[in-house]
Amino acid sequence: MNRKRTLTYTIPYILWLGLFVIASVILLIIQSFGNLNGHFTFSNYVTYFSSGTYLRMTFNSIFFAFIVTAMTLLISYPMAYVMSRLKHAQFWLLLVILPTWVNLLLKAYAFIGLFSKTGTINEFLSLIGFAPHQMMFTNMSFLVVAAYIEIPFMIMPIFNSLVELDKSYINAARDLGATQWQTLVKVIFPISIGGVKAGIQAVFIPTLSLFMITRLIGGNRVITLGTAIEEHFLVTQNWGMGSTIGVILIVAMILTMMLTRDRKKKGGKHGR
Amino acid sequence: MVDKHKKWANIYLVFVFILMYAPIFYLIFYSFNKGDYMAGFAGFSWRHYIDMFADARLMQMLVNTFIVALLSALIATLIGLFGAIGIYNTKQASTKNVLLSLNNVLMVSPDVIIGASFLIFFTMIGLKLGFGSVVLAHIAFSIPIVVLMVLPRLNEMNPALIDAARDLGANSYQVLSRVVLPYAWPGILSGFFMAITYSLDDFAVTFFVTGNGFSTLSVEIYSRARQGIDLSINAMATLMFLLSLVLVIIYYFISNYSAANSKKKKGNRVVVH
Repeated sequence: MNRKRTLTYTIPYILWLGLFVIASVILLIIQSFGNLNGHFTFSNYVTYFSSGTYLRMTFNSIFFAFIVTAMTLLISYPMAYVMSRLKHAQFWLLLVILPTWVNLLLKAYAFIGLFSKTGTINEFLSLIGFAPHQMMFTNMSFLVVAAYIEIPFMIMPIFNSLVELDKSYINAARDLGATQWQTLVKVIFPISIGGVKAGIQAVFIPTLSLFMITRLIGGNRVITLGTAIEEHFLVTQNWGMGSTIGVILIVAMILTMMLTRDRKKKGGKHGR
Repeated sequence: MVDKHKKWANIYLVFVFILMYAPIFYLIFYSFNKGDYMAGFAGFSWRHYIDMFADARLMQMLVNTFIVALLSALIATLIGLFGAIGIYNTKQASTKNVLLSLNNVLMVSPDVIIGASFLIFFTMIGLKLGFGSVVLAHIAFSIPIVVLMVLPRLNEMNPALIDAARDLGANSYQVLSRVVLPYAWPGILSGFFMAITYSLDDFAVTFFVTGNGFSTLSVEIYSRARQGIDLSINAMATLMFLLSLVLVIIYYFISNYSAANSKKKKGNRVVVH
């Protein structure tokens, strides 16, 4: 009786799983094998892999996402480390989370004001005697804004892995004569590697698919996989090709997740 | 020596926080500008706030956004809650793992993939793009976070509580309403708030499934920002920042409350063992 009752209430959830998780992904994959008239064809994939433009775009997107991930990691790791050693660590974490609750578009919009030709940064540059620079619609502006947006998502997982770190490990390392640098590289970093991997996942995959930033800040100079998908779906209406790029993005996502998977858990399973 | 390190560490901390907050406060600062640009502060004025409230289209978008957020969060919380109970009741470990992985698919998928695949799905079933499709999409991408917020609370619950209620003659409805729901309540609330923020924050998915007739604030901001600077957007940003501040504070209290509760529980458990 109870079993049945609970099952009835769970039906909407099961429906959601079936329709929005499983069916919609399958539909995307089916669509990627359709041409403009909806007939089955491999031509989208053939076009994708034989055209230099698509491959170059994909390579560029991965390259940019890689740089953004490296930039955020470089800034976030020390930040997370310093925060995890503070007294009211959870409060500082909240301060890191708060900007993520501000709409992403508003943050991008702020940079339009900062970077524009008559904007604040150029105003400042001319004040200290430099000629104004064209900053909007450059690769650099895209990198800066993307990194700015992703920083909190890198800090959070690293912070969580560092805050759990047992201080006696550090003391033990120091007692055994390790320098501060050695303690960091040989003890602290390996323990926090899970957080670093989670952070890389949380930054790399979304950066591949950011399309509003490329439109607003990068002009159309930087084209990510996300921009290409948006272009094909909403501008040129070529859903088949858009879906093909979508499938490529899903593959890239799965590869990233496999590369950054936590090995420790796997080891544990083998042990069992 | 150590003090010196500490000093540099603190300077770095402050520096990164300034970097993180400067663009946001910059937006807020210029919303009070008498002039029309985000540079050269010409003096204090409320004029852009007056413009914003007089802008019927922007106000309509604001209302739309909140209706979508509240409605989708409410429905997502209901569906997600029973989904979490369903997963909790699943005895077979392998089925449970499959359900959990499927639950998390939309959490890790990039926005564009979610947007594109929902667009294909809605078009295929013949749903007209607009309010309905946006609400459905928001419900769909908010369900997994609700499950992830509720499930840990259920797992923490001592199963003996349910058995005890049964033994004392409670029927399934009473077990649910008197035992399970009160216990899971902080998780349900956190899930609801996360769903609201997911919905308020979303741009990409909405952009794909919104069609021509209906629009939300973030889509509107996007199309205005492409045309250049409009300080009414700054005024709107200020309001939204204050709102997120309030939401963060509420969320902080909820999670602190549940953390304190579970700490107490854990403490008890240690004593018992």
